[in-house]
Amino acid sequence: MQVYRWTLTMALSIVHRATGIALYVGTLLLVWWLVAAASGPAAYANVQAFTGSIIGRLIVFGYTWALMHHMLSGIRHFVWDLGYGFKANEREALTWGALIGGIALTVLIWIIAYATGGGR
Amino acid sequence: MSTADTPKRSMRTPLGRVRSLGAAHSGTSDFWRQRITAVAMTLLMIPVLVIIMMLLGRNQAGAAQILSSLPVALILLLFIIASAWHMKIGMQVVIEDYVHNEKLKLISIMLNNFFSIAVALASTYAILKLSSGV
Repeated sequence: MQVYRWTLTMALSIVHRATGIALYVGTLLLVWWLVAAASGPAAYANVQAFTGSIIGRLIVFGYTWALMHHMLSGIRHFVWDLGYGFKANEREALTWGALIGGIALTVLIWIIAYATGGGR
Repeated sequence: MSTADTPKRSMRTPLGRVRSLGAAHSGTSDFWRQRITAVAMTLLMIPVLVIIMMLLGRNQAGAAQILSSLPVALILLLFIIASAWHMKIGMQVVIEDYVHNEKLKLISIMLNNFFSIAVALASTYAILKLSSGV
């Protein structure tokens, strides 16, 4: 398959799938958190101990990025589904927008989270 | 391509044969539902993020109080149902693309259904339990 020149849109197509798979597995964390909240203080403290740890924060940070990137990349696919954005410059712009926007939104969310007391 | 010399002629038109079918044998319903759930989650993203921000740094009693409020519970329920549905369809597409052994493919699709339904039910049960306050 080396006859293809590797393009940004091709790479981001793989990233869309990879972030989708990561979000799929990551729902286990969401389930654990909700079930713990419904179970009681001890179970909830376990979740907080994990999400508060360095590794836990890295995972949640990665999850935030995967979610934001997959959402913006998905909106890009939605624009294509509607029949727009197929010109070379348009698809490049949409793809760069998803890539940069995903990182920007992730950083913004974490700044707001820390500013509103999530760092407690 | 002529069908005149084929022994059994079908009265079905070419459109009738492909309508509601295609390679997935279930037509375009998954394609459509994947987009409905995607739009739903995108619309719900800001409220969901606000709820998560509200929960950060609180202990179980504080979190349980917020999660048991009606608008919060409803927003999370809608988001979780859309997520579970969306991820079930998405993972099935990935499986159908990469798993070519027929038996392994069917087992993978079955496990995908189990996992997605378990995620949806466990989260839903937790939210309903918090809402009922028992």
